[in-house]
Amino acid sequence: MSGSADTPSGLSALDRPNSYIGRAVPRPNLTRLMQGRGQYVSDMTLPRMGHVVYVRSPYAHARILGIDSTDAKAMPGVIAVVTGAELAQVCTPWVGVLSHLKGLKSAPQYPIAVDRACWQGEAVAAVIATSRAIAEDAAEQVIVDYEELEPVTDMRTALDPETPVIHPDLGDNLAFERKLDAGEVDRAFAEADAVVDAEFVFGRHTGVTLESRSVLADWNAGEGRLTVYQGTQAPHMMQNIFAKHLSLEEAQVRVVCKDVGGSFGIKVHVYADEMATAALSKLLRRPVKFVADRIESFATDIHARDHRCYGKIGVMKDGTITAFEIDDLTGIGPYSMYPRTSAIEANQVVNLVGGPYTAQNYRARARVVFQNKNVTCQYRAVGHPIACSVTEGLVDLAARAIGMDPAEIRRRNLIQDDAYPCGSPSGLKFEALSHHAALNKLLAMMNYDALRVEQAELRQRGIYRGIGLASFIEVTNPSAAFYGVGGARISSQDGVTVRLDATGSVTCQTSITEQGQGSEAITAQVVATAIGVPMERVRVILGDTDNTPYGGGTWASRAAGIGGEAAWQAGKALRNNILAAAATILQADPATLDVVDGVVVDKGTTRQRIGLDEMARITYFRPDTLPPGFQAELMATRHFVPRQYPFAFTNGVQASWLEVDIETGFVTLLKHWVVEDCGTIINPQLVDEQIRGGVVQGLGPALYEHCRYDESGQLTNGNMADYLVPMAAEMPDIEVGHVVSPTLETELGAKGAGEAGTAGAAAAVANAVNDALSPFDVLITEIPLTPELILKELKRF
Amino acid sequence: MKASDFNYVCPSSVEEATSLLALHGDGAKVIAGGQSLVPALNLRLLAPEILIDIGRIGTLRYISVADGMVRIGALARHVDLLNSQEIAEHVPLLAEAITYVAHPAIRNRGTIGGNLAHADPASELPACMMALDAVMVISGPSGERRVAASEFFLGIYETALAPDELLIGLEIPVTAAGSRFYFHEFSRRNGDFAIAGLAAQANVRDGTVESLRLAYFAIGGRPTLAAHAAAKVARQPIGPAVIADAQSALAEDLEPHDDQQASSAMRLHLAKVLLERCMSDLVQDQEMKRKALQ
Ligand SMILES: Cc1cc2nc3c(=O)[nH]c(=O)nc-3n(C[C@H](O)[C@H](O)[C@H](O)COP(=O)(O)OP(=O)(O)OC[C@H]3O[C@@H](n4cnc5c(N)ncnc54)[C@H](O)[C@@H]3O)c2cc1C
Repeated sequence: MSGSADTPSGLSALDRPNSYIGRAVPRPNLTRLMQGRGQYVSDMTLPRMGHVVYVRSPYAHARILGIDSTDAKAMPGVIAVVTGAELAQVCTPWVGVLSHLKGLKSAPQYPIAVDRACWQGEAVAAVIATSRAIAEDAAEQVIVDYEELEPVTDMRTALDPETPVIHPDLGDNLAFERKLDAGEVDRAFAEADAVVDAEFVFGRHTGVTLESRSVLADWNAGEGRLTVYQGTQAPHMMQNIFAKHLSLEEAQVRVVCKDVGGSFGIKVHVYADEMATAALSKLLRRPVKFVADRIESFATDIHARDHRCYGKIGVMKDGTITAFEIDDLTGIGPYSMYPRTSAIEANQVVNLVGGPYTAQNYRARARVVFQNKNVTCQYRAVGHPIACSVTEGLVDLAARAIGMDPAEIRRRNLIQDDAYPCGSPSGLKFEALSHHAALNKLLAMMNYDALRVEQAELRQRGIYRGIGLASFIEVTNPSAAFYGVGGARISSQDGVTVRLDATGSVTCQTSITEQGQGSEAITAQVVATAIGVPMERVRVILGDTDNTPYGGGTWASRAAGIGGEAAWQAGKALRNNILAAAATILQADPATLDVVDGVVVDKGTTRQRIGLDEMARITYFRPDTLPPGFQAELMATRHFVPRQYPFAFTNGVQASWLEVDIETGFVTLLKHWVVEDCGTIINPQLVDEQIRGGVVQGLGPALYEHCRYDESGQLTNGNMADYLVPMAAEMPDIEVGHVVSPTLETELGAKGAGEAGTAGAAAAVANAVNDALSPFDVLITEIPLTPELILKELKRF
Repeated sequence: MKASDFNYVCPSSVEEATSLLALHGDGAKVIAGGQSLVPALNLRLLAPEILIDIGRIGTLRYISVADGMVRIGALARHVDLLNSQEIAEHVPLLAEAITYVAHPAIRNRGTIGGNLAHADPASELPACMMALDAVMVISGPSGERRVAASEFFLGIYETALAPDELLIGLEIPVTAAGSRFYFHEFSRRNGDFAIAGLAAQANVRDGTVESLRLAYFAIGGRPTLAAHAAAKVARQPIGPAVIADAQSALAEDLEPHDDQQASSAMRLHLAKVLLERCMSDLVQDQEMKRKALQ
């Protein structure tokens, strides 16, 4: 844990006595979870609850000619068997487009396929029974008559005239295309001393949350209300969407999100089978529960990446990078996901390539095509690993072309730390980044020069180790520019309500959500600090549309930066109200008072004047003793949304040190370093573990994780034995350091930290593998870097 | 992922178990540690009518050494082998191999009998049985019989066991003083099934190798003794030319398969790498290795 920032940023308001900002305090929900008292959707049972199992298409593309459920319906314990056509009567279809992604198109998607299945795993019928086991037995008896259709599986030929068009109404398989041309790219390449290019290939992979997707929908016909218990990152978004497609008023829908076992972006989307579960509850007028099993998770949880990106870079002999160019292609499955769309990842790639560097000449094209595979969408660090791997891979290639050290070429091209605010050729606005401070810190942490010496010595003995560097920028704290402007009803603002209770404790309701990352903890830290109470006295309530302010939830590294600021402002407002009430009771000037450790004191001294418990007692039970005309307000609500910058960019740099066994192609990760700058660090332990977890989720796809489809569109490794999730034994020690540049857009100054680790890990590993293999004149620009791939490049067999 | 319905019976003796097997025929399945069977049930790859749980037949969980023979009961768990002083002393190859089998939670329940009866070609233990020239002890309706490991493993999940027979134990000759072993495998992650592995046992004298048994696993449908390769190195001073010769002979011994982890060409290549590493390890001082296991 060396290198952690254990002091806050120095903003005076945060440095109050007993401040929790910048302290690694334990998470309040830890004991409950460790004692097995978490409440996950799969733990819940309601009276008359039915369990739904979906019959899923075994084909990537097939027409549904008929469904015979006679035998299934006759089985004891079976409540109903429902087809797509029947469910379409209850739930309207959706189209995953956003108006600011010009030209993005998709086809209407139904909760259950109506006449055609478009990927292997798409639900074609629902079986509801009194237990999951009975429903599975019955699902085996549902006979579906399919006519196999030609599947579109290779993104490279998806746009060819010979390739069938998946949705004929759309005209072609092109979902979205974006082009960008900034500066004078042709001239920059023409004038460069060297121009190098490569094609970078990124395997499809997925999120593999410990708890699978789960939803329990309860339509109460008597009340005219639908309550949905769901493992989701965005309860208010889901409330809107359930209402819209089930023809209800929003007020008729309550989404409750209790404990969630990991999300990583997997649980922020609208899944057809979850919509179907809610619709089934309405149709059957009883609670219906769906818990995806592991096979279903692999076949239907959103996948991500699956890009082929051609990249080109121009460089001068002195190391100056003159231009970047990319041509990105990605396959997203048969539908653009709703409501965030599946075009965001490619769009991010275009936005982010070259982002850390000064070069202003940049040309890009991204094409997003349909295919008959599972849908893809936003997963931790959307687009970042691709943009970073392409950029950093190109920078290393450029360095090689001119014979310059990889650290040196970065030093010469990273945007200077005093150049802010500034912008990127793709139009990004940077408030304050710290690339050079981060790089310097990283090189010192890893003892870069000594490592290079060690590497050279080992190479003499036939041991091939490599060092890989990767600078990155990360999108955090998104404003309405992300989704709202495109017409999606996804809140970019968050709200927090804090209330002083009658015994002086604080109840806090926030619209951000918790899936294990510590949202609850940082909210309690911020509120306790802002008001001036011990953290144990703050209880945080989240994840319930009936009981929290309206807001976005937790995704895109936004909870601490946006929800945290709302909590800070709400806490400050309550503190002022407390001071006003205390001043009235004490007949003092509120400006002379302060709240410290749950007690009103004289400002600047520790002289205790009145405890919050006593103050609350008087306010709530003996208001008759207060002067006429005074009304205490011991509850306050504040909302926050960033307005100045569309995104609060963070930055950082990663390094990997690894060994390649050139006889077997196996890669051993020896060490990983990260220096990142997420602004104010509210809880250093949570930030460090976010970084480490993020790195692991970047190392997984670099070496192991891959959703492998065959030419017929069959997922061939959709289980935990064949889909290789990174495990602790293979992971290196990950050392984390920080540079702190708070955003001035908020008082808290926090930016996001959830995705930085994932953004750069694969790039660092790929660069390190190529560095290790540099004596052999090979270049590998594909992940996962499997032993087979490496051995083939080395021509070992 | 719920198993289909099945009945369950829990016999308390080998005789009771084998007569239940005879009674229920094809509809029955023995369950020991359940570490391979339960996943198959939940994935509905298997749907037996009845499970015969042999887990409470206490007499089948033992490890003993007598008369130059190590005897292991079918219900000895992976963790028992891992912790056994007898195994470390008398069959160090097995002691080393078991550390590669799965993860602690699985080793706490998985049994050696279940592992061998399951006959996963990628498993470490069947190959060890081949390298160690073990004998399988089988009980059936007509009593006990013994089958050499080299005749026990027939193919993917296929053994010489008849449907009404139970594997009750195995016998391994105590490895001779001065005998050496080598074990290694390539697997993508710690505890995963291997994509190529080698268990070897040999006598080494003055830098030459005798009675070498090279048992490959995860290459082809069953563990395979590489006899041609072994013959090439027998009684030869070990050096690059001899090793290269033996590596070429592997093509005759092995029938490597293709799968998602590795092509057959890659498997053959890895088999050669294993052979080279095995030979240089065998002729080196092994004192350290033995000590580490005890
Ligand atoms: C995640 C995971 C990783 C694993 N990794 C490895 C690994 O790296 N290497 C490895 O070798 N194994 C591995 N295994 C398998 C493990 O070793 C199992 O314990 C073993 O294969 C089966 O033993 P069991 O006692 O659990 O048998 P069970 O699962 O109970 O039975 C397996 C089969 O053998 C039959 N059977 C069991 N006992 C007998 C008997 N006495 N007579 C006749 N038939 C019998 C059963 O009917 C069944 O068909 C792994 C398992 C898991 C879940």
